[in-house]
Amino acid sequence: MSLRRLSTTTLIQLLLIFNTVMVLYPIWVMSLSSFKSTREIFRNPFGLPESFNLDNFIKIWQQTNFPLYFRNSVVVTSGSIVLILILGIMAAYALGRYQFRGNELLYLFFLSGLMLPLRLALIPLFIELKAFGLINSHLGLIFIYAAQGLPSAVFIMTGFLRTLPSDLENAARIDGASELQILLRVMLPLTRPALVIVSIYNLVPVWNDFFFPLVFIQSENLKTLPLGLTVFMGQYSTDWAVLFAGLTAAAIPVIVLYVILSRQFIAGLTAGALK
Amino acid sequence: MAEVVLEHVYKRFGSVTAVQDFNLQIDDEEFMVFVGPSGCGKTTTLRMIAGLEEITEGTCAIGDRVVNDVPPKDRDIAMVFQNYALYPHMNVHQNMSFGLRLRKTPKDEIERRVREAAQILQIEHLLDRRPRELSGGQRQRVALGRAIVREPKVFLMDEPLSNLDAKLRVEMRASISKLHRRLGVTTIYVTHDQVEAMTMGTRIVVMKDGLIQQVDSPINLYDKPKNRFVAGFIGSPAMNFMVGTVEGDRIKSGQFDVKTDELLSQKLQGYNGKKVYLGIRPENIGLEGYTTIPERDNVIQANVDVVEPLGAETHLIASVDGEASIVARVDPHAEVRAGDKVKLFADVKFLHAFDLDTEVNLRFS
Repeated sequence: MSLRRLSTTTLIQLLLIFNTVMVLYPIWVMSLSSFKSTREIFRNPFGLPESFNLDNFIKIWQQTNFPLYFRNSVVVTSGSIVLILILGIMAAYALGRYQFRGNELLYLFFLSGLMLPLRLALIPLFIELKAFGLINSHLGLIFIYAAQGLPSAVFIMTGFLRTLPSDLENAARIDGASELQILLRVMLPLTRPALVIVSIYNLVPVWNDFFFPLVFIQSENLKTLPLGLTVFMGQYSTDWAVLFAGLTAAAIPVIVLYVILSRQFIAGLTAGALK
Repeated sequence: MAEVVLEHVYKRFGSVTAVQDFNLQIDDEEFMVFVGPSGCGKTTTLRMIAGLEEITEGTCAIGDRVVNDVPPKDRDIAMVFQNYALYPHMNVHQNMSFGLRLRKTPKDEIERRVREAAQILQIEHLLDRRPRELSGGQRQRVALGRAIVREPKVFLMDEPLSNLDAKLRVEMRASISKLHRRLGVTTIYVTHDQVEAMTMGTRIVVMKDGLIQQVDSPINLYDKPKNRFVAGFIGSPAMNFMVGTVEGDRIKSGQFDVKTDELLSQKLQGYNGKKVYLGIRPENIGLEGYTTIPERDNVIQANVDVVEPLGAETHLIASVDGEASIVARVDPHAEVRAGDKVKLFADVKFLHAFDLDTEVNLRFS
């Protein structure tokens, strides 16, 4: 009995280790390559670099538009996530905590957004953004990402808000809080775990997105990182060393944020559970 | 200075009527308890007074003002919830002062009231703690504190003690009574526990199926229950009921034959030959050889099923006529064992009789 359980556990562990290697190895190779010269990458693609010097990183920071792209990505990603969180919590609060006619229908309407890929609507989207004068602007991108992220945000936060005890809301109401104050001062602080999940869920796809900037951004000075990095891939020759350094530098902030947010998320889940 | 007056109040949820024709006047400084089994509408009524539920029909007035359309925050009430509903992300001080801060009360005034309430409730040392770092009893005190600092006209309490363990509940019961005496604020207290109702209330509303059964002081509810429900609900162990036939001034069945006093026999005149419920409390039954009850012709023959010695008294659980199970409180030193056939005497002054259909108490009809 215990032997069988042991072997099952071992099998699961092996699978997980295999999976971890599958995921981490390319990142490992990318990081190592960012310290090599292009010639060294071709000569010794998987080995350790000759030295861990930061030449490539200095180069992308000083000789390319990387800092600009990086700033653009930060603006677009943070803008999108803030907008998703604000709109998401407002919609989810109404759907999750008030009973009104058409509540379920409206909820399903939001959920239907989960099933429709936004890219299919590229042409109407283009026409619409053009009408608003939002082509080739960060605001246009932010609106698209917010629309894309809203269904999952509403789904996650509505479910979470429904689990909070309604007496809390009633207590605040009797204490004299307005509906907005109940949301901001009582419910919002308690919703932090859900806010973190939604942020994590949207952070990576928005940061990495190549498609929408490609279609909607034309000016060099508005390009985001994924789009900007393609500059390093020339038609005839590619400066692989610089490209890998760029990719690595682009990945670092997301990974760091991810780690910080997951900590928050776990802390949120277990708060109050242990007395 | 706040009375609470409810007139012809109804609450309907779709086709279900939760509260029916509720009429009640609660005097200033009164401690009114709503008691009844779960689903009887007591909490719904409280929530209507709080403004958390809309009143379907009728009026509710606090002070001189009809508050049907007044939002909860403007009703000048404070409520204590069953699960405390403390704000988890605020410490005790912030929890208690939240309402005052929302109302833009001056800082030093907030500080004074919070300190004072904390002192009354003996939670001064807990002001910096979060609710999750508190025990159940401490949380309960904080919830009370949050209500006190508001200095409202009316306190509403929704089963505030039901999440506490038995010992703490008895302690908190006394502290809440003391608090009420000290602050003199009109209080409406909902509970399903008749002991809480009896010990705390100046008056008690007994409810069942959305209807008020009786409103009276604890002792009157006990002595003069209007119907069989109230008689069975108030008192522990509960009143015993047996079906018997009225014959002149006696009520009889196979195993019992009791005489009724003058008042009851008068009321039973129209029932000659008919069946009624005979009601008698466990403490008004005596065991042959161990009782001071004078009458010897009020006899109940019973078969003892269980003997429960409690030290100060012993409860005999016995069957009469093979069906009705009755409880008798007897001398703890009585020598009775399960299986014995015993002779019990009923105290004639405390006999009740209830109509079989309407269940009205005939003694007080």
